[in-house]
Amino acid sequence: MNFAAFLIRRLILMAVVLFGVACIVFVIAHLIPADPVGALLGGNAPAHVVDEMRAKLGYDQPLIVQFGRFISGAVRADFGTSLRTNKPVMEDIMYYFPATMELALVAIIISIFLGITLGVISAIHRNKWIDQFSRVFSILGVSMPVFWIGLILILVFYFRLDWLPGAGRLSLFTYAPPRVTGMYLFDSALAGQWSTFFEALKHILLPAIVLGYSATASVARITRASMLDVLRQDYIRTAKAKGLKRKVVTYRHALKNSLIPTVTIIGLVFGSLLEGAVLTETVFSWPGLGRYITTGLLSLDYPSVMGGTLYIAFIYCLANLIVDIIYALLDPRMRM
Amino acid sequence: MKTATATKKSTPFMDDLRHTIFLWRKSKLTMIGSVIIAIFLLVAAFAPLIAPYSPTDQDLSVRLRGPSWQHLFGTDQFGRDIFSRVIYGSRIALWIIFLVSVISGSIGMFIGVVSGYFGKIVDDILMRITDMFLAFPSLILAMAFAAMLGPDLTNTIIAISIVSWTTYARLARAEAMKVKSQPYIEAVRATGGGNLRIMFLHVMPMCISPVFVQLTLRMGTILLTAAGLGFLGLGVQPPTPEWGAMVSAGRSFLIDQWWISTFPGIFIALVVLGFNLLGDGVRDMLDPRLRR
Repeated sequence: MNFAAFLIRRLILMAVVLFGVACIVFVIAHLIPADPVGALLGGNAPAHVVDEMRAKLGYDQPLIVQFGRFISGAVRADFGTSLRTNKPVMEDIMYYFPATMELALVAIIISIFLGITLGVISAIHRNKWIDQFSRVFSILGVSMPVFWIGLILILVFYFRLDWLPGAGRLSLFTYAPPRVTGMYLFDSALAGQWSTFFEALKHILLPAIVLGYSATASVARITRASMLDVLRQDYIRTAKAKGLKRKVVTYRHALKNSLIPTVTIIGLVFGSLLEGAVLTETVFSWPGLGRYITTGLLSLDYPSVMGGTLYIAFIYCLANLIVDIIYALLDPRMRM
Repeated sequence: MKTATATKKSTPFMDDLRHTIFLWRKSKLTMIGSVIIAIFLLVAAFAPLIAPYSPTDQDLSVRLRGPSWQHLFGTDQFGRDIFSRVIYGSRIALWIIFLVSVISGSIGMFIGVVSGYFGKIVDDILMRITDMFLAFPSLILAMAFAAMLGPDLTNTIIAISIVSWTTYARLARAEAMKVKSQPYIEAVRATGGGNLRIMFLHVMPMCISPVFVQLTLRMGTILLTAAGLGFLGLGVQPPTPEWGAMVSAGRSFLIDQWWISTFPGIFIALVVLGFNLLGDGVRDMLDPRLRR
């Protein structure tokens, strides 16, 4: 099968999966045993006002009609109007998502560098103290609750030492940089506002470390395992036997091949980052999509929950698709 | 190892068991994990004997006290003893882990076996459904389910079970596909065994061991998800001493009363660590490539 056919097949599959996800999201939102209109207007609203509002929002229509409208809207990236912010949900998502994306990107950069380094060192010095240390470090990373590490770091680095800020993306008195991507680090650098850049960097550091820790752990574990696998291969022995330096064998021959499983795990890790972002954003009052969905859920804001969740699922699928493509490019056998 | 023990009259099973115990003792981390989990189980079992106070009784005269000999982990804003709450919390944690494992393991195994055994269109449909559930970050899906069902203990368990069966379904499916073409299945069919009989009496038992290993590996994750839901206010509700909700309750007192959030969090981390160490060990012990 050639590459184009592979790509088309994956895209169709993704569309099917996303349609299913939309069904699940719709069913969940409409089974919530509470009345969003009641929550919106308060308990004392007169009955005719409630009815009017219900009709205006389309909640008086049969479920199947509501579902049709939801799907046809979703295809056009129109998720209706948020009951809480009174803005189109897609506008809200576009406003909140860059914050999450920025956080996830910094976290993933940390985890890739740190994770691969730790994994390689671990594999080379197998069963030495540095390997034991990095394994304990890794297993702690996947064991500690994200929200708890966040709180402890805030306690230490903000309340006690006052080295780093504890919440938000910028200080209260700093203006956001002119909006291009919505990611403050990019935007402030583009605008040449370096003091804003460093402030944004200081703000993102703690949440990104918290979010990146468990990802670092996963990357390190996979890299270690696959590196050990590769180091056992015959061609490595051949390379050593023909007199190549240990460094060349390790970094040029072994590392390259052992990174293939690492690439695939990064897709999964990205998913877990989106998931961890929900908790991290809550702890650090980070105005991202995770927090938007959580507040939406707690205040019965159907459209924002449905739209936000579907959007995250879409990004998640997209990340996996990109990983599959990279994988197919790296390893032609996978195109089957 | 094997040759030394095989000299006496010993069955292959005993040999295998001895070798497993040998491997278990060789891995310090696995032993540490086992010890942590053993202590966790004991604490949960004997919580009323260990906890000095009731987990829910309020005593406003001692509110927000720091750790001391009277209150080992301090007290919260209602004067409840945090140590006692943490101890009783282990029961909630254990209950969640146990039930979610049983429910999601059963759902996964059922769907996987049906899918793998029948193949074709049934397999296609069930696996696409599995893909849909895999397309969500599981915490977000669990949050939605928990909100839909209403936040409490039972619904936390249901919500986490609904989102975590997928891995087991895939494992069971792979195993069922391997098993269904074996000669002994043909023999059962030749003697008149129906599909149901073959699936549940002859195929499913073969899927138990890979699913079980995966279950032990995932027990830590289950606890983390439950604690995350509790922390967000979508899980077990106060005054039930659930660890995640306890961490959340201490947030507003973090500056001066750090102990309220800190201790429950340490216990979540410890138990998850125990399960992860044990799970890794079990996987390594059962992996034929690493057994030698």
